[in-house]
Amino acid sequence: MSVATKTDKIQRLAELAATKETSTGDSLWREAFRRLKRSKMAIVGAVVIALFILLAIVGPYIAPYSPTAQTWRGEVFPNRGEFVGMRPENWFGLDHLGRDLFSRFLVGARQTLLVGVVATLIGLTIGFLVGGLAGAFATLGGERGKRVDSVIMRFIDIMLAMPSLLLAVSIAAVMGQSLTTVMIAVGVVQIPVFARLLRGSMLVQGSSDYVLAAQSLGVRKRRIVVSQIIPNSLSPVIVQATLSLATAIIEAAALSYLGLGNPDPAIPEWGVMLTQAQRFFDSGAPMMAVYPAVGIIITALGFTLLGEAMREALDPKLRG
Amino acid sequence: MSLLELDGVKVHFPIKKGVLFDRTVGHVYAVDGISLKVEAGQTYGLVGESGCGKTTLGRSVLRLVDITEGSVVLDGTDLAKLPGEEMRRFRRRLQMVFQDPLGSLNPRQNIESILSEGMVAHGIGKDQEERREKIKSILDKVGLPSNALARYPHEFSGGQRQRIGIARALVLEPDVIICDEPVSALDVSVQAQVINLLEELQEELGLTYLVIAHDLAVVRHISDVIGVMYLGSLVEEAPSDALYAEPKHPYTKALMSAVPVPDPEVEDQRERILLVGDLPSPANPPSGCRFHTRCPWAQAERCSTERPELRDVGGGHRVACHFAEEIAAGTLKLTAGEVVSATREGVEDAPPTLPEQAERAEAAVAEAEEAEEAEKAVKAEKADTVEAADAPEKADTAEEKAAEPLEAGKAAEPEPRKAVTTEKDATTEKDAKDAKDAKDAEAEKAAEAGKAEKADEAV
Amino acid sequence: MSLLSVDELTVTFGGVGRKESRAVDGVSFEVDQGQVVGLVGESGCGKSVTSLALMGLLPHKGVKVGGRAEFDGTDLFTMSPSARRDLRGSQMAMIFQDPLSSLNPVVPVGVQVTEILERHRGMKGEAARKEAAHLLDRVGIPDPTRRLKEFPHQLSGGMRQRALIAMAVACAPSLLIADEPTTALDVTIQAQILELLKELVDQEGTALLMITHDLGVVAGLCDQVNVLYAGKVVESAGRRELFAHPTHPYAHGLLGSIPRLDSPRGEALKPIRGSINDRIAWADGCAFAPRCDRYEMGCLTGTPPLTEPRAAGHEVRCVHPVLDDAKAEEVPA
Repeated sequence: MSVATKTDKIQRLAELAATKETSTGDSLWREAFRRLKRSKMAIVGAVVIALFILLAIVGPYIAPYSPTAQTWRGEVFPNRGEFVGMRPENWFGLDHLGRDLFSRFLVGARQTLLVGVVATLIGLTIGFLVGGLAGAFATLGGERGKRVDSVIMRFIDIMLAMPSLLLAVSIAAVMGQSLTTVMIAVGVVQIPVFARLLRGSMLVQGSSDYVLAAQSLGVRKRRIVVSQIIPNSLSPVIVQATLSLATAIIEAAALSYLGLGNPDPAIPEWGVMLTQAQRFFDSGAPMMAVYPAVGIIITALGFTLLGEAMREALDPKLRG
Repeated sequence: MSLLELDGVKVHFPIKKGVLFDRTVGHVYAVDGISLKVEAGQTYGLVGESGCGKTTLGRSVLRLVDITEGSVVLDGTDLAKLPGEEMRRFRRRLQMVFQDPLGSLNPRQNIESILSEGMVAHGIGKDQEERREKIKSILDKVGLPSNALARYPHEFSGGQRQRIGIARALVLEPDVIICDEPVSALDVSVQAQVINLLEELQEELGLTYLVIAHDLAVVRHISDVIGVMYLGSLVEEAPSDALYAEPKHPYTKALMSAVPVPDPEVEDQRERILLVGDLPSPANPPSGCRFHTRCPWAQAERCSTERPELRDVGGGHRVACHFAEEIAAGTLKLTAGEVVSATREGVEDAPPTLPEQAERAEAAVAEAEEAEEAEKAVKAEKADTVEAADAPEKADTAEEKAAEPLEAGKAAEPEPRKAVTTEKDATTEKDAKDAKDAKDAEAEKAAEAGKAEKADEAV
Repeated sequence: MSLLSVDELTVTFGGVGRKESRAVDGVSFEVDQGQVVGLVGESGCGKSVTSLALMGLLPHKGVKVGGRAEFDGTDLFTMSPSARRDLRGSQMAMIFQDPLSSLNPVVPVGVQVTEILERHRGMKGEAARKEAAHLLDRVGIPDPTRRLKEFPHQLSGGMRQRALIAMAVACAPSLLIADEPTTALDVTIQAQILELLKELVDQEGTALLMITHDLGVVAGLCDQVNVLYAGKVVESAGRRELFAHPTHPYAHGLLGSIPRLDSPRGEALKPIRGSINDRIAWADGCAFAPRCDRYEMGCLTGTPPLTEPRAAGHEVRCVHPVLDDAKAEEVPA
């Protein structure tokens, strides 16, 4: 038996142990992203969303016809229940005014995306500010902060207690009928959701040991909120924002359906298209409703899938 | 003068109720009047079981919880009275190491960011470069590689994370480090690494520690002075060796006898004092001595009415017990709980039934009725023993407290002299008697005992 | 014949799509009637997984269990699921670490105890309730009839653990598996519970498989001790033999690294370096080698076999066992 030198021994050991050296210096965000990339759900969701965004960008340019031109007016007679379905020159058929549905669908994607994104952004921004403020007061504001927090939260509770559709209808009633109204109405309804979520998440993080540790280090309260509590409270809010995009599109469609959307028929939007189609749903042209409806469902599904996948990727408990 | 002095510190948390407006309906007496001194360069160990308020006390020193009353004086400055911003700046001199090494590190900050956070807050170091140099030297001190800087907490093992926690405290060059259960979340083989590290750092940097832990063996190993806490107050304080050699407070005795030693030879010899029942709620602490509801030597009247103060019994040994001397001298007998030897063989000759409180109480009530006659006889025989002298009062209050009638019942035993010879004998005999008497006790008395027991437990 | 004999038990997690990890890597031990056997080790050594595998409580998906485990002559891993369910609770019972999460929070304690009596002992109504009260009484819960009506959260930690023990012994099982039964409890309560377990063993002749990381608990309670490291038994001996002559460097180091209440102050602890993550695969050599002071090249030639270098019945899995206590300390760190 040969006598092994000390370096030999250490080297051999290092070789055997090296296989599982995984320290990469990756932050939790980067790790979550890596997990997200491996998730099938995330990939499907992302592909759907990417297609949707692509459609919103290039739709108006690739539309074969003008979405407003009533080119085939003479072929459609809604009163008599005579419609035109799929055919080589009109892939989705014609609507009740003789317009090409495929072109309207392509052009409408942009408006739909705009409604979803803007509404969610309104809800997210205001909800984030309100919730963040309440959370900051509740976690580090002491006795007085707790009181401020409960005043804010009672206000949010009142908002939450109102039926969302009713709230939207009243906002629309005050502001008049327009796309902006729909976006604001849908956005406002989301405010309490985001506010409560962020505050709740901040309360949990606020009672954690690392916040206590930062306090004992003598870090200023404002800095603790901004650099410690909020970054760790973001995950559920990000997930909710993704999921909210889906509901915002559906809710905007619902408001359009109720006739609160854009009054200008010239600008197609999937929700508006659905509204227009409902009159003819049982009188000869169910397909008119199907195209925008399927469009909305698939898009919403895409956002939901991505949101769920993000929830899984961001949950530190699933970290393995 | 001591570096850190706590004087009469109380932390009471209000219990609030109400729909719209909170109103205070009571208090949790988490820390209820603690005075202690930590000398520079030494380690003060604070032991106690969960719920005794030791963690709250540690946090109150740093003013992470509000101090209701009392003063915390560090190097001549009363922290309890410092306004917010000054307190924040003062925190540099008092640092804390937490129990949960992962939970106390922000998962989204890398090590460099975690360690420089405190320096930024206190304006230490001109720029990031200077801070990085400092951090590197500290990392070296706690035994971490300098390539750890860019990594995140979840990439380290438990022991390494605790080293990071220690490094975080060290970068601010504090006078006192409060270690709250520094090793209890770690694996056994890693605990020793961290304990040794704390000791080495103390030697090298002249640190002062206040170590808070439930593990008596760990605390004894690293502390110069040990304070034992029970339900918000100190029951005993002594130099580490003196406390181990001769614990004077009944709670310390029980606590120490309950710690298993990894050595069968010792285990087989060791006698344990088994306490009865659980820790009372700190929202509704017992009157008098906080420990009297579970104390194996509780005496009627005095223990339940008069709260004992910490008093010096010589050699810097302070104890909060009215009867510390009597217990030490062996002139006081067990009134509740039991002493068992740790061997499994030893248990075999114990009575078939378990030491149930209810049964005990039943027996006690039964005995209490005979106590009055018996007491006279006992008094005549052994007028000098404490329990005989106390017996009449005990018989009076027998129905109110389960523990007291037991004591009275003990007095009724025909041979008190034999009972005090060794604790073990006393218990075995008492248990046998309890079991016998319990059988005889009528259902009515059982119900009564239940009530008394309930009153006791309601706490 | 032994009551429980475990032979080369392996438990593998993962599989499809994920990297396999072997939590238990060929563990063998035996438990005799009325004997207390300890499985000792740190987190990640496979002690809890072993107990769950024996009880059949591991999830079916993504877990592979190999080897044999015979209970009273029948193979646990080949018996039908329903037979196993009957066995579990009546013949074998388990006590868990966290008494609060192992009790159903919305059902009174009494109902949970009577349920077991009804299922395994066919008792009904008043009889079952009486027996339940008797059981709570047996494990030292005062005022059992009142306690029966209470919910788990109304009991203290110690009481909950007692209630759990009452449920475990309800059918007078011949084997009790206790997984860290006192870890969540305070020392004074721990002393009460350990005392109770000792009594059960002594009076009922129940065999106890004690799973713990606390060497102090083992020293006072167990007849036979198995020390686990990285999924394998590295040392197995009677408790006196083991504590007097720890022979595997891991067991030896572990005993030297824990502060003892009775050891003189100022004596420095001798820690084991590194952490459980610093290991190599058993197939390559001794998993403990990276942390071991006695490591030599010879440690890296496959799994070291179990030998008896010191005394019969004292098995050690090491190529360079600690045979001379004094010499072991001279080895530089």
